[in-house]
Formats: sequence, C-alpha cells, structure tokens
Amino acid sequence: MITTILFYLFATVLVASAATVVTARNPVHSVLFLILAFFNAAALFLIAGAEFLAMTLVIVYVGAVAVLFLFVVMMLDVDFIQLRSGFQRYMPVGALVGAVLFMELLTVIGGWKLAPQAGQLRFAPIDTKISNTEALGRLLYTDYVFLFQSAGLVLLVAMIGAIVLTLRDRKTSRHQNIRQQTERKVADTLQMVSMSLNAGTGEGDSGFYRPKPADLISEDHGHDDHGHDDHGHGGHDHGHGH
Amino acid sequence: MNWTIALPEIVLAVIGLAILVFGVLRKQDNVLLCTMLTVGGFLAAGLLVLNGTRGGGFNGQFLADSFAAFNKVLILAGASLAVILSLDFNDKQGIGRFEFPVLVLFATVGMMIMVSASNLMTLYLGLELQSLALYVLAAFARDDLRSSEAGLKYFVLGGLASGLLLYGISLVYGFSGTMDFAKLASLLTDPLTASPGLIFGVVFVLVGLAFKVSAVPFHMWTPDVYEGAPTSVTVFLATAPKVAAMALFTRVMCGPFGHLVGAWHALIVILSIASMLLGAFTAIGQSNIKRLMAYSSIGHMGFALAGLSVGTADGVRGVLVYMAIYVAMTAGTFACIIAMRRQGRAVEQISDLAGLATNDPWLAMLLAGFMFSLAGIPLMAGFFAKLYVLLAAIEGGSWTLAVVGVLSSVVGAFYYIRIIKVMYFDPAAGAFDRRAPSLSLVAGVTGLFTVLFFLHPAPVVDAANVAAQALFR
Repeated sequence: MITTILFYLFATVLVASAATVVTARNPVHSVLFLILAFFNAAALFLIAGAEFLAMTLVIVYVGAVAVLFLFVVMMLDVDFIQLRSGFQRYMPVGALVGAVLFMELLTVIGGWKLAPQAGQLRFAPIDTKISNTEALGRLLYTDYVFLFQSAGLVLLVAMIGAIVLTLRDRKTSRHQNIRQQTERKVADTLQMVSMSLNAGTGEGDSGFYRPKPADLISEDHGHDDHGHDDHGHGGHDHGHGH
Repeated sequence: MNWTIALPEIVLAVIGLAILVFGVLRKQDNVLLCTMLTVGGFLAAGLLVLNGTRGGGFNGQFLADSFAAFNKVLILAGASLAVILSLDFNDKQGIGRFEFPVLVLFATVGMMIMVSASNLMTLYLGLELQSLALYVLAAFARDDLRSSEAGLKYFVLGGLASGLLLYGISLVYGFSGTMDFAKLASLLTDPLTASPGLIFGVVFVLVGLAFKVSAVPFHMWTPDVYEGAPTSVTVFLATAPKVAAMALFTRVMCGPFGHLVGAWHALIVILSIASMLLGAFTAIGQSNIKRLMAYSSIGHMGFALAGLSVGTADGVRGVLVYMAIYVAMTAGTFACIIAMRRQGRAVEQISDLAGLATNDPWLAMLLAGFMFSLAGIPLMAGFFAKLYVLLAAIEGGSWTLAVVGVLSSVVGAFYYIRIIKVMYFDPAAGAFDRRAPSLSLVAGVTGLFTVLFFLHPAPVVDAANVAAQALFR
C-alpha cells in the first residue's frame, strides 16, 4: 500500500520534472530539473529492488553527468531563444515523425513474444539468494575478471594516447619547483653591502639588503633556467632608492 | 580459477605499467632505458609462453594452446625487432619519447589476448587494445602532417571495421545465445540448421577481421597509413599486428565457425585472389618504397588467406609458416629502409637507392636478399612460404587459387627485382649516412634467417604443424 503511494508520488514528480526539463526557458533550470528527475528515477529503482542501480544512477548521473551539463550550459554561450526560433515552423513535421515512430514502436511491442524458456536461457542467471551488488560484483570481478582488466588496459592506452598526442611541454612555461623554493637561502640571491656613512637613508652604517647582480645569480644557479628567481626579488631594495 | 595460463600477458602488462611509472618519474634520458626494459619484458613474456601451462581458463574466455603459443612467440619477436629498430629512427627524427615502447608493449599485450581468445568478447577487447595503441602510434610524429593524417585515417576506418565486427558479434550472439567458441562450434555442427541471421553475423565478423589483415577490398587504409606513419611505426604495423590478425582470423574461422566452411570458403577465396592480384599489379607503379611495401603486404596477406581458405590443418600450417617467414623478411626489409638516410634526412623513394651496391655493398646485398625472398625466388625463405600455402591449396582442390598465386608472384617478381636493378645497375647517387649498429644487427639476423631457412626448415615447420594440429583437435 505504502509502496504504491510512494511509486505514484515519485513517478508523478519524475514525469513532471522531465516535462519541465524540456519546457523550461532557462537552461540552468532545465539541468536542475534533470537532476530532480534522476533522483526520482533512483527512488523508483529502489522500489523495484535494484538498489545498486539506484545508487549508481545518483553517483554517476547526478554526481558527474549533470554537473558536466551544468558546466557546459553555463560556460558555452548558447542562445537558446534563437535555437527555439523555428519551433512553430518545424512542429508539424516533428509531430508527424514522432507519430510514425510511436506507431512503429506499438507494432513492434504488440507483436513481441518472449520464448517460454527465455528465463533459463539467460547468459548470466541471477541467484535469488544474493544481493544485486554481490551478483554484479561476482560477474565483473570473478566471472569476467579477465575482460574487466583488459577493458581497464584499453582505457589506460586511451589515456596515454591522449597525453602523447596533445601534451606539449612549452619552453616558456614557468614551472614551480617547490624543493628549490624552500631550500633557497637569503645568501643565494642577496648580498650584504656596507654603505658609506649617510650615503643612503642616514640610518647608520648597518648596511642594506639589495639584489645580487644578475651575473652572480647565474653563477650560483647555472643549471636552473626558470622558477624561483621570480620570487623574492625586491624585498628590501627600497632601501637604496634615494 | 587457473589464472596462471594468462601469466605471460599479466606479467607483460605489469611490466608495462612499471615502465610507464618509471618513464614518467625519470624525466631525462628515459627513452633508451624504457626501450631496453620493453625488450626485456618481451623476452620474459616469450620465455613464459614457451614454458607456460597449456589449457583454457577464465570461464572459457581464454585459451592458451600450442596455436596461441606459436603466434605469441612470433608476435613478441616481431615487436622486439620493431622496438629495436625504432630506437635509432625515433631519435634522429626527433620523436624519441618513452611512450613509444610503452604503447608498443600494450599493443602487444592486446595481440597476445587476441590470439588466445576463445570468446567473442575476449576477441573484441584484445583487438581494441591493439588497435587503439596502433592508432596513437601511427600519429606519433604529431608535428608531421602526414603522420597525423595517417593516424586519423587509420582511426576512422579502424573504428568502422570495429563497428562492423561488433555488429557481426551481436548477430552471432543473438542467433546462437552464446559467445563461447567451443559452445558455438558444438551448436553449429550441422551447417543446415544455421539460421541466415547467424551466417550474416559470421560474414560481418569476417569483414571486420579482413580489414585488420588488410585484405582486398578492405585494404584502402594500408598504403596511406604505411606511407604516412613514421617508418619505425610502419615496421611494427607490418609485422606483429598482421600475425595477430591472421591468427585470430584462422582461429575464428576454423574454430567456432569451422563447420560452416561451406558458407565462408568462397568468401575467403575471393578475398585471397583479389588481394594477390591487387598486391601484384598496383605495386608496379609505386615510387615510394614504403607504399610499395604496403601493396606487397596486401599481396602477402592474399597468399596467407589462400592457406586459410582450405580450412584444413595443412592449410593452417601453411599460414603459420608463411607468417613466420613474412615477419622475418618484412622486418629485415624495413631495417634497410630505415637505413636510407641522407644528410640526416630520411629518404624513401626507390630512386634514392640508385647505386647502393657501390656505396654500401653489404646493405645492397641484404636488401637484394630480402627482395628475392619477397618475390619468392627458390631457395629463399619466401619461396618455401609460398610453396607450403599453394601445396595445401592444391591438395584442397583449389586449383584456381594456386594458379592465380603463381601468376601473381611472377608479376610481383617484376617490381621486387626492379629494386635490385636500381641498386646494382643505376648510376650511383649520394651515399647514405652511416647506419646505426642496431639496424645492421636486425637486418643481419633476419637476413641470415631468410637466406639459410632452406638448410634446416624443420624447427619452424614442426612447430607450425603442432600449432595447426592443436586448432583441429
């Protein structure tokens, strides 16, 4: 009884939000309603007893795909009003195609007959005593572990390929070498210079920090051509400005 | 579950992952080390294949029999030769990066899975692992327009072929209810009960595999990809993947669909005759030696398919011997092509070979040997390759195949011998740069195999015999 009520509740919200996805004027609203639709679909899966599918739907579709949609909608400057401009004109043709497709689907489904022994012919019959997650896990990680791992290798090769073909190590890019940055001492880049009395600001003969001349720095760090040199220059050099 | 039967593949894949991590962490001077580690991995995998346990496993998805072992050793040998040849070439072309041997290694893992497949799903995953790595390799010289074009062309056409293959697999599964080779074979013992939908599926699978071995009329990608891809990739494309695809073709046709021989025999004969003729006639007009080798490989695949079309153990033995000799001849020829380099630039026109006999007599002699062998001149290895295949065809009653094979090899001899004429009798052009020792090594070893094969053919032929018997047991 409660399941029936819940089913109709979730199903109504699902259909309503799905309709809103198509009709909403603001594309961001569409995506948000899509997420609502996904959640309700997941609830329906739960009612049907497919808890693994429900969780996957939430994690994969809500967590990744919908967020991706949201990014695309927000980042691409698509003029949706213009996209819809021909709606009135194309409506009759679209409706006709839709109607034909619907009729064809009806004929196919109307003539569909399952073989009586279809239940026993399944490639991977379900053991009723174990949960969905365990059944799927057994299939993927026990029965088909070899294929699963091979598929993993295929994906790895795709990743290596994408990196090999597109990643360019640009000579102008400024890498940050954290070890060099933290090991750097004051003496590496700055030198103490004693100034003659009252030559600078008149604060006595204690001396001032000023940047080392460029040739000294390049002698110290002849091997690293970029990186930490950009930091720390000019920390104290206001001292001899006047 | 007996997972040790897949030990060579597992070990090779793990070595590949280790090399990948090593190459990423060690940023400088990693190419030579990664290449050597890859060759070491191939060697280890080869030893594991030779000493490994035989049998099926993973719920019938994987089968390590003598047939698979023979082809795996051949694939590993071809891949090792290609990786050794790539070292010098990539370095001089400025495309030397450690990902190259890693991609070759994963492609090799894919090929080993292919030849061990005993389930249509395993077949497809192995094929995709191999193909995906090869697409990337073809475009490896990414700043070179021709290489990028080759990669894209190969990717699009290869994707189409994979689609056809998958469609065929889905039809076979839909009409038989199983993807397991052994179950398919036992279901299809009576060819008359096979439904037309299933035959349709078999034909689509056949088309997908014919694309991978580049048999006419599914050969269109071959010349462009061979010519555009860096030569170090071309030598790999021409050797190991051809072995894997032909082995897969043989296993699928003779295993699960073995009883349907009446349905596919005529198709293979047509593929074979068309490939032999096209390989012989179109190669005549080529001026680029890589393109010429592409047409030559199409012709050679036609000969190998002639052995397969018979559908007997003798025919399969012919195919295996053919592929073994083909790998040696092709790797050697490409070693000579890689040595064609003038003032630091790779040259690949046939006319560039003019006068090689005076400039570099050893290289000219080796290349002449390979050309004689590719043409099928008696006492060279290539002659015996053709002999075993055509004998099997005659014993199987396919006289047409044998006649077309002999005629097309006569036509083919013209363009192979033209290269020898250019090297020995044309006025000398400038000398080539000093060749790297790795090239001399590969060309020398394969050259010795090609020339001296007739003295002691027993090891290869006997191993091929055992492998072929395993398929028909």
